[in-house]
Amino acid sequence: MAYLYVLPAYLVFGLFLLVPLGRAIVLSLYEWNGLTPATWVGLDNYRDVVADEGLRAAFGHAAVLIVFYAVIPTVVALALVATMTRARLRGLGFFRTVLFVPQVVAMVVVAVAWRQIYAPDGPLNEVLRSIGLDGVARAWLGDFTYALPAVGFVGTWVQTGLCVVLFLAGVSKIPRELYEAARIDGAGAIREFFTVVLPALRNEISVALTLTVIAALRNFDLVYVMTSGGPGSSTTVPSYEVYRRAFEIGEVGSAAAVAVSLTVMIFVLTLGITRVAERGTS
Amino acid sequence: MISRSERWVNYLIQSAFALFALYPLLSVVSAALTPQGQVPTLLPTQITGGNFAEAWELGRFGTYLRTSVVVSACVVVLATIFSVMAGYAFGTMRFPGSALLFYVLLLGIMVPTEAIVVPLFFDLREIGLTNTLWALVLPQTAQSVAFGTFWMRAYFRSSSRSMMEAARLDGAGHWRTLWSIMVPIGRPAMVTMIVLVFMWTWNEFLIPLVMVTDESLRTAPLGLAFFQGQYTSDFGLLAAGAAIVALPVVVVYLFLQRHFIRGMLEGAVKE
Repeated sequence: MAYLYVLPAYLVFGLFLLVPLGRAIVLSLYEWNGLTPATWVGLDNYRDVVADEGLRAAFGHAAVLIVFYAVIPTVVALALVATMTRARLRGLGFFRTVLFVPQVVAMVVVAVAWRQIYAPDGPLNEVLRSIGLDGVARAWLGDFTYALPAVGFVGTWVQTGLCVVLFLAGVSKIPRELYEAARIDGAGAIREFFTVVLPALRNEISVALTLTVIAALRNFDLVYVMTSGGPGSSTTVPSYEVYRRAFEIGEVGSAAAVAVSLTVMIFVLTLGITRVAERGTS
Repeated sequence: MISRSERWVNYLIQSAFALFALYPLLSVVSAALTPQGQVPTLLPTQITGGNFAEAWELGRFGTYLRTSVVVSACVVVLATIFSVMAGYAFGTMRFPGSALLFYVLLLGIMVPTEAIVVPLFFDLREIGLTNTLWALVLPQTAQSVAFGTFWMRAYFRSSSRSMMEAARLDGAGHWRTLWSIMVPIGRPAMVTMIVLVFMWTWNEFLIPLVMVTDESLRTAPLGLAFFQGQYTSDFGLLAAGAAIVALPVVVVYLFLQRHFIRGMLEGAVKE
């Protein structure tokens, strides 16, 4: 009886998610160009994930992007929310609505907007030139050193609002008495933050890190539209390598191995963050 | 209480953040509204719909929007019906294997599109399903059903047991209890799920990019990416296209923002 209720959902889920996931694991053990018969290579594709310089670089870029997508937004949002706990301000609802908007706009649109901001004659360079920093102005997305941070900063822009909204919700649950107690003990703003606010936000921080780290690893859209991995391969990331290898250079097995590695990374990081947060509370 | 100056500093910081969040999007809107040949400023002195009309023609956004509407509608309808049924079973019935089946579904929520898109393409090509609506709808339904079942199960578990038992005592079967009693009172939970699935489907990029080559099957974000490749020099046109693509989700967000925020934040919190 119950199985009939579960059946339609599981049928679609099984056929179009579980089966492909299993097939990805199988494909990752072969060398295949997508057309001619595949050759069994065992774990060679995974060895490449660790040993191949291009792939190692892609995973390294992902680590840099985690700083921009997860670490910076979390720290900035904590600092912002800390300044806001001390007073009830008007317009909080409007503030929340505005800060959350980047989360709902398609990444392709975000990429279009930021490509223009970073353009050689775009607003960013204009501002720099107008304050006399002509030497700093450059074609940001065409620069081997600055393209990756430029892409990462877009991640910071998208994720900061999410973190702020999350932390504001958490802060609103802290009982007033805790602040008063801290103040009676003579705590200043900074000590109040570390003894009252930060411990109360443990759960929210864990959720924020989970969501933003996953976003940092699944940023195919942004990289594809903004830089296509370039210049050279300076902004390529694992999710972009999956696409490039499978559909542009005909290395399907390697693409599948990168995809499986990426999935494992997401599982491990998600469980790891939750585990650390839980251990802290008990 | 805090001092007046601290209060003003707070407002200043908040306004700076709000401006930072809005600036890139406002710059798109203002560039789209600025007449051709004028330099766009954040608040255009003269506005025009010309860019929109031209982008609509050149970029064929009418076709792309139609595909996006059809795909989103199919995914939302299928995912909602399937998730409500499965969520009801997981939330209210006990059956052998239910825990295992549910945990596999939870893992499914975490599987990134990147992991399934490669085998999906080659297997669907094998059976002639690439370049069809099915190739866009079914994989996204599978992803949505994983989240939807998780979400609806939480609702059915928390909803009032007495109401359900009263209905069952009145002789209503599971099927009737579900659709004529539980679903109507579960509207808020369902609305949250529906707006999230709509947003994810509308904004999805990788699946359409890989699955379709036929221009008439391009979704709005995919169409925009191709449009950008062709009209890099004219930002006014490109901005108009971008605004067209973003608008439907932003409008829904403005009306139902509580659902968006609640769903995205609570959906991440495992029990």
